[in-house]
Amino acid sequence: VNDELVGYVLQLGDDALVLSQRLAEWCTHAPEIEEDIALANIALDLLGQARNLLSYAGELEGTGRGEDELAYSRDEREFRNVLLVEQPNGDFAVTIVRQLLFSAYQVELYARLGRSKDGMLAGISAKAAKEVAYHLDHAREWTLRLGDGTDESHGKAQVALDRLWPYTHELFEPDRLVALLPGTAIDPVELREPWLRRVSSMLSEATLEQPADDWRPSGGRAGRHTEAMGYLIAELQHLHRSHPGVAW
Amino acid sequence: MALQGARDVYTRRNEGVSIWVAASVDITASSPDEKDQLFDPAADKVYRHPTFYEVPEGVEHL
Repeated sequence: VNDELVGYVLQLGDDALVLSQRLAEWCTHAPEIEEDIALANIALDLLGQARNLLSYAGELEGTGRGEDELAYSRDEREFRNVLLVEQPNGDFAVTIVRQLLFSAYQVELYARLGRSKDGMLAGISAKAAKEVAYHLDHAREWTLRLGDGTDESHGKAQVALDRLWPYTHELFEPDRLVALLPGTAIDPVELREPWLRRVSSMLSEATLEQPADDWRPSGGRAGRHTEAMGYLIAELQHLHRSHPGVAW
Repeated sequence: MALQGARDVYTRRNEGVSIWVAASVDITASSPDEKDQLFDPAADKVYRHPTFYEVPEGVEHL
């Protein structure tokens, strides 16, 4: 069994699963009906990515764990997602800025991972690349309207950006798994520069100020999560844990 | 003319209840280049079609 590849695929799958769960919380709560459906659609795209990735991780692992076991039966410390995606939705600006920052990362990641020498990862990525391109467009349009909107929307968008920016550093930390998977995995360090170019231009277009790089919270890839994660996992797993194996 | 043309071409089989005419310069359309990112993601989401509900016998007006 290729433990490194299992670990790498789990990281990608957990990022998608956890952000999907967060976005699903907006369902019936978004500011307008088109946005309600849009956020749920983005959540479903991410859930589709998570399903593909977790199924593949389970297959590689070869111990009979499928997507459901991986999603619903692991404890918090076994999740390998970055801290950014588990951050609470906050107000609408927080949700949109989080999406902008993360989708821009996924756009750069999947564009490169589509050329992975692992055929399965390449296939999943090529499909996901189309989805995340739309997610980024959607987040960009809203960021523009919030940032360059009213004084209040600008203020909220800037507060959201200042709050979330520190969590972006973890996306680009060196990953020991990647060094062991040459040609298969993508070095996150390489993604920072193209990501920053993309994000900086979107922020300045939205009249938002790019925060300084200082605090760098980290630990998600090692299973050390923020307080918000426990509540998310509880909600995600409650049904399956209360009624193991329950069918729809 | 456009109204009448549309009426003749598109409502022959009883499809139409209203026809709108707009100048093409006033239409904002998606670019064909964006076709993949706009429309492909929906292709594999069959669960969005409302075909998974069994309608109980005796339900009328459905």
